[in-house]
Amino acid sequence: MDIEKKIKELESQIAELKESTKDKLSIVVFSGDLDKLLAAMIIATGATAYDMEVDLFFTFWGLSALRDAKKKVKGKNFISKMFGIMLPKGSKKVKLSKMNMAGIGTAMLKSLMKKKNVASLDEMFKTAGELGVRINVCEMSMDLMGIKREEIIDYPYLNYVGVGSYLSDAQESKIQLFI
Amino acid sequence: MTPEELKDLQVDKTVDARGTACPGPLLEAKKAMGTIDPGQVMEVLSSDEGTKKDLPKWCTKKGHDFMGIVEEPGYFKVFMKKG
Repeated sequence: MDIEKKIKELESQIAELKESTKDKLSIVVFSGDLDKLLAAMIIATGATAYDMEVDLFFTFWGLSALRDAKKKVKGKNFISKMFGIMLPKGSKKVKLSKMNMAGIGTAMLKSLMKKKNVASLDEMFKTAGELGVRINVCEMSMDLMGIKREEIIDYPYLNYVGVGSYLSDAQESKIQLFI
Repeated sequence: MTPEELKDLQVDKTVDARGTACPGPLLEAKKAMGTIDPGQVMEVLSSDEGTKKDLPKWCTKKGHDFMGIVEEPGYFKVFMKKG
């Protein structure tokens, strides 16, 4: 009797464990550097080949990559305007974290990427959208940096969230990364 | 299967991923795998060296049968059977 009870208990615990982690990947994209953004996007798109659900959380400097260079926003205050000028305007403008050398390093890397058939960051966002990768944008850092929703790229799976959403997703993810 | 046997093998699907680097071949393999039936054979053409290790591992994880790799001038072919 006792053993049967124990088995039942174990079975329910295993079922709980199975439900607690899904085949899901959560990445906090904190960096606004080209190299780190590339790494994040390659892992994110690659994970879809493993049928994983993918949630990206863009926060702080990472927001630069989500700015749409073609979109203009009015009504910003002075500090927000300054931030807007200082921050790279979109995935085509972000720079390398090392060896940028006033833009020469970044330009060299981009031409190498083209030569070696590595997709550009811009193309990777497009692919990610086709593959159902979700992009969650940190509302608080948008507010801090004065970035408005009207200047964010058009992306099919875009959400504006807070830390709670990240934690809920990360809790049930088998892989969690901070880039 | 030996490379000789693989060379003579009749494939049901060919995916040419030579124009892409990581993670391109993996994504293209995954996409094409969805178009064939279990038991059918697919070859992925790639020149991205990492693919040689990536695709066999991917096959194991996704329950497909990795059959082998055949070298060609400037690229290689990865053979797999859908599980």
